Amino acid sequence: MRHQHKQECNELLGSISEYVDGSLHEELCRELEHHLSECEDCRVVVNTMKKTIELYQTDAPKDGLPVDVRQRLYKTLHLDDLLHTTH
Amino acid sequence: MMTDETQTEISVEALKAGDRAEFARLVDLASAPIYRLGLKMLGNPQDAEDVLQNTFLKALQSLGNFEGRSSPLTWLYRIAINEALMLIRRQKPQVEIAEEPQDEESNLPTPVQLTDWCCLPESDFLTTESKRALDAAILKLPEKLRVVFLLRDIEGMSIQETSEALGLTETAVKTRLLRARLNLREQLSSYFTERLIEEREK
Ligand SMILES: [Zn+2]
Repeated sequence: MRHQHKQECNELLGSISEYVDGSLHEELCRELEHHLSECEDCRVVVNTMKKTIELYQTDAPKDGLPVDVRQRLYKTLHLDDLLHTTH
Repeated sequence: MMTDETQTEISVEALKAGDRAEFARLVDLASAPIYRLGLKMLGNPQDAEDVLQNTFLKALQSLGNFEGRSSPLTWLYRIAINEALMLIRRQKPQVEIAEEPQDEESNLPTPVQLTDWCCLPESDFLTTESKRALDAAILKLPEKLRVVFLLRDIEGMSIQETSEALGLTETAVKTRLLRARLNLREQLSSYFTERLIEEREK
């Protein structure tokens, strides 16, 4: 049965990124959600896309610059004398 | 994400007047995200450090032309992205031949991987190998998609900020973001579907 959906699936593919961000236009959103309720393939694409983004966001290190990199940067910029005044 | 000392806005006037302490403040505000961007764009610490240093050197040189219409951070991002792209081109000139990603929504690649791997145990996502797979997938993205994904989804910039930093329309940013996400989804699906099969064979 899956192949019968394909045309609609392709048409809605352009909307899933905004859907995942919650910024999709209301009308399109309803249309997509209706499609999702009956299309397993698209549900998987939406779920795995959400998971993909989530994995990258949790994996992203939010730590600061390595100390030695910061020191060399200050030196290159001739700001060494200011190095001690900040953290 | 911001620490107390970066709360106060950077003064563009002070920067232009040659206030070194203000420039140092800008360095401390922006260097970590720019270094991270370089790491993800280029995949190694040495190149990331080159991008970081060149970005601030260029910024110092072109401060006079900075009009302050975008925030200093967005301005620095734009310089950093150009530096990173230049470095990529120098290292892999053949990459340039790769076709430009289309900014239209037509001809989007039809999803191929249709296994839902979200149900894998959380620990499977946290292994060193998984993290390596995530990094490798980003590096396989065409660079113009990569940079949009990094700014929007990893650095958490808005569509509008990303479009300003890249000098692209918001529509182009949205389409590139969609293409980047679809591409990464395929790559991660291939990887994690295998993990799923292994899991079931246990
Ligand atoms: Zn569908």
